Amino acid sequence: MLKVRDLNVYYGGIHAIRGVDIDVQKGNIVTIIGSNGAGKSSLLNSISGIVKYQGSIEFEGKPLPTQAHNVVKSGICQVPEGRIIFANLTVQENLKMGAYLRNDKKGIEADFERVYELFPRLKEREKQIAGTLSGGEQQMLAMGRGLMSSPELILLDEPSLGLAPLLINTIFEIIKEIKAMGKTILLVEQNAFKALSVADEAYVLEQGVITASGKASDLIKDPKIQEAYLGKK
Amino acid sequence: MFSWFYIEGILILVGVNLMVVLGLSLLTGFTGLFSFGHAGFMAIGAYVSAICTLHYHMPFLVAMVLGALVAMIMSFIIGYFTLGLKGDYFCIATLGFGESVRLIFDNLDFFGGARGLSSIPMVTTFEMVLVICFLAVVAMVLLIHSRHGRNMIAIREEELASQAIGINVFRYKMISFAISAAYAAIGGAMYAHYLGYLQPLMFQLTKSTELTIMVIFGGLGSIGGSVIGAFFLTFIPELFRAFASWRLVFYGAAVILVMITRPQGLMGGMELTDVARWAKRKLSGGKGKKGKKNEPPVLQEEGETA
Repeated sequence: MLKVRDLNVYYGGIHAIRGVDIDVQKGNIVTIIGSNGAGKSSLLNSISGIVKYQGSIEFEGKPLPTQAHNVVKSGICQVPEGRIIFANLTVQENLKMGAYLRNDKKGIEADFERVYELFPRLKEREKQIAGTLSGGEQQMLAMGRGLMSSPELILLDEPSLGLAPLLINTIFEIIKEIKAMGKTILLVEQNAFKALSVADEAYVLEQGVITASGKASDLIKDPKIQEAYLGKK
Repeated sequence: MFSWFYIEGILILVGVNLMVVLGLSLLTGFTGLFSFGHAGFMAIGAYVSAICTLHYHMPFLVAMVLGALVAMIMSFIIGYFTLGLKGDYFCIATLGFGESVRLIFDNLDFFGGARGLSSIPMVTTFEMVLVICFLAVVAMVLLIHSRHGRNMIAIREEELASQAIGINVFRYKMISFAISAAYAAIGGAMYAHYLGYLQPLMFQLTKSTELTIMVIFGGLGSIGGSVIGAFFLTFIPELFRAFASWRLVFYGAAVILVMITRPQGLMGGMELTDVARWAKRKLSGGKGKKGKKNEPPVLQEEGETA
């Protein structure tokens, strides 16, 4: 569904992504793991059109537009790192904003129901100003808003960042449920163990280069990966 | 104490500043982009319109529109290269633009050079300023409450999230910049045809700063605030003219006082209609619904964007 070929990203003189190839199959969770500064977010940001890149990205057989708003139009939605929400709007208004590009009233209403089913906590806090939500709730809201654009592919950037362990479990449960809804997910994570345990396919990114890839269930058993990312010897 | 002629003159200056401040308010207060170069757009509007009436004998309104068009074209060029810049960098870029515009007018003989342009027809009247400003305020209110205005507010609130939901951030920044440049140019054109002469010195960095202070003093994200800011900060220095150079101390003190007591500006995020609602509630003994007065009104209505 998504085909990234020979992707390069430069920040001035810094070569942040060096010739990366990635494939995402429909209905899968694909994860990209790696340490700080490996280029994970740059990779997501180039797909979503926030960062300029060289190379080709194909989505459903067609070249992906490079401008952020057109990427959203073609059915890819990014949930940016760090719980980026409209802090002055209510939970409900934030979700409505997610449906910005849509005109089908019925579809939007149905998606409202689905998002509230997925995140009952958001339903409880429907009228609350989003800036006053807890960190975990804000992350849920950011994900919910992403779903409201009815995307085919969701780009999740570090959804577990700065959350309590219990909440991290909840978030990953929800990621599985989103997959069960038939969505495709490209997940970038530092929490490698969690990411590998929900994902189908995985890529390991080190200093802008893919150093390992394969089935997530295989990578999680790989001694090298275990040592570098899972804290086992 | 003051003659009507004198007060009328100050009111015209209020109108001139109001035009520029309205434009700046759209850019800074509603789109979240700070500019320290709006004196530059004002200068473009002033000089272009003055040349049109002086050398080519065009009617004032036509000259004014031409000035606004040239300012818009300039804003497109500047915006294309600088609106990709984030935060402070855009601000510095506009600062550089404003100063270079002034220096260009300073050095071109066609525009009178440092001596400036004189004997520009003095056709700006109080009534005309009143009508133009009224129309400008109405147009701005309509814009802010339209889908386009809301997109700009969304960008101010959270640029990344706006991008993630599919708003064309660059395009709306560009539109906001161009409209604010046009407003500034219209202000400049009225200014030129009120004074009858122009000098590059009028459009120094201090002018840009003064305009930005008016927007912040009145309150970011409030059109009513911009009107009040332009009104007070044009009037105060005039009222204290008797104290000679001390008047600028009063000006500074007034600005500091507001910033300490109301950091969001006099009307930050509120409109006059909110104040009226609040006053009504107070007068009726607090019977009305509690609460919402501190929220920006434009945001409350955001729900209909979908």
